[in-house]
Amino acid sequence: MADLSKLTELSAQVRRDIVRMVYNVQSGHPGGSLGCAEFFVALYGDVLKHSPKPFNMEGKNEDLFFLSNGHISPVWYSVLARSGYFPVAELNTFRKLNTRLQGHPTTHEGLPGVRIASGSLGQGMSAAIGAALAKRMDGDKRWVFCLTGDGELQEGQCWEAIMYAAGNKVDNLIVAVDWNGQQIDGSNDQVLSLGNLPLKWKAFGWDVLVLEQGNNLEAVIAMLRKAKRRSGKGKPVVILMKTEMGHGVDFMAGTHKWHGKAPNAEQFASAMAQLPETSLGDY
Amino acid sequence: MKLADIISTGTRATRDGFGAGLLEVGRQNPNVVGLTADLLESLQMQHFKAEFPERFFQVGIAEANMMGIAAGLAIGGKIPYTGTFANFSTGRVYDQIRQSIAYSHKNVKICASHAGLTLGEDGATHQILEDIGMMRMLPGMVVINPCDANQTHAATMAIAEYYGPVYLRFGRPAWPVFTPEKQDFKIGKALHLASGTDVTIFATGHLVWTSIEAAKELEAEGISCEVINIHTIKPLDEEAVLDSASKTRAVVVAEEHQRNGGLGDAIANVLINQLPVPMEYVGVKDSFGESGKPMELLEKYGLGKKDVVWAVKDVLDRKK
Repeated sequence: MADLSKLTELSAQVRRDIVRMVYNVQSGHPGGSLGCAEFFVALYGDVLKHSPKPFNMEGKNEDLFFLSNGHISPVWYSVLARSGYFPVAELNTFRKLNTRLQGHPTTHEGLPGVRIASGSLGQGMSAAIGAALAKRMDGDKRWVFCLTGDGELQEGQCWEAIMYAAGNKVDNLIVAVDWNGQQIDGSNDQVLSLGNLPLKWKAFGWDVLVLEQGNNLEAVIAMLRKAKRRSGKGKPVVILMKTEMGHGVDFMAGTHKWHGKAPNAEQFASAMAQLPETSLGDY
Repeated sequence: MKLADIISTGTRATRDGFGAGLLEVGRQNPNVVGLTADLLESLQMQHFKAEFPERFFQVGIAEANMMGIAAGLAIGGKIPYTGTFANFSTGRVYDQIRQSIAYSHKNVKICASHAGLTLGEDGATHQILEDIGMMRMLPGMVVINPCDANQTHAATMAIAEYYGPVYLRFGRPAWPVFTPEKQDFKIGKALHLASGTDVTIFATGHLVWTSIEAAKELEAEGISCEVINIHTIKPLDEEAVLDSASKTRAVVVAEEHQRNGGLGDAIANVLINQLPVPMEYVGVKDSFGESGKPMELLEKYGLGKKDVVWAVKDVLDRKK
């Protein structure tokens, strides 16, 4: 496995990148991005078999990843850049005119690592299913991963996809839910209760794993590996991953208020003080 | 070609041409896969499914998911053909098409049957008359509406050779067949059906035959109509539009669609910028349809042969 201390350092650097990117353009989504740093670092640093260069859209004999909740693009861009998909310096162009790092991820500008646009919620799992079916048809034994938000599960299309994947035994598909309990207008329970999420997925026919420590890198790696072991047995696998929105920056943590808001200068200074520099260096 | 030489060899639904074309292109190209949302036989996809069961996906009544799965299959190098009614192929899934297919430039062929009024008795909930407008507004989307079963067959095969999203629109009823059984279909190339000097009728889909019949009637009255089949609404063959309009200096556009947003607007946009000549629309006037037989509905909503004839006479009055 990859060196855990290196991945821990990468997680710390990714958090700095996220806050710096959002502060730099005074827009973007820091909360969910910070909460998913460990997931992305575990995925790209340990779990995925992938090829940053040259990036191949079809990804035959590679693992594929789809981000359904596209607004947490800062964390994905940071991890993609630091995994070698494109120059780290390009993070400085996030959300600026003529950038490949659009507010929400897209293939339109040809950014390596991105296979489909996301942002309008609820669509990623369907695309991931299609990619998983294509792999199955081709006898390609690799996996397709997808991350979706929890509030995003209020979109009806998600449940169409969840029903389809179980009904058709798409068991090379592993979905993770960023279960931070928050969305734009408040907590999930305040906005629209998701009810008993594990039971719902189970009732739809999925193999359900619950990860209590979604911000513990070692735990995330272990769970993703476990999900791979559980796949291939006739059921798609879901990891309900409890994370803390805004994790790592005290005033952003555990609240929906930093879903899509940039820090001011004072807040930025405070955040940077909490996220010390790493040997990887800022972009 | 002369109008008198254009004759119907029988009737067949355009969706039958789609089903046959899908089977044939499936035999030629192993990457072609099919999907439906519980409308297998309505789309005539059962032939493809029977021969290639491992390349066919029954998605259930979940069109949004179908569009996303199609996009994912395209990422994996497949050429997905989605099949459902035109209404559920467009309005119901506009955002999925917009983000996952059009903006993401996925090689998905959105195949839409039962378009327009000629769906008939099911009524306005299913008779979409806005789909061409919605699809042609999407950047990069190719929009095709063939005129008969043979042409639909050829178009179904041709779109596999083109990389990118395509909207292929066809219909339910048995309809006159008048184009060759084997034909070369070129996306974006208008087909010149009959030469004339007084007026040009640009038509698409079922209304091409209606326009031919109208032109024959007008010819008997001494009015010379040029008839052009615009099977590809986007990209529009602007050269063909301008060449003909510059000769006849009067234009009628006929389509089974709202006047808003369809082929008429596409052609008006070209003419208004480059060659403003009198133009009349034959299309539905900002209205929903209703239950009825296909020909009754076309008559009631102003899409019959007589409506094309009147539009020609109106535009000729304005030309004077």
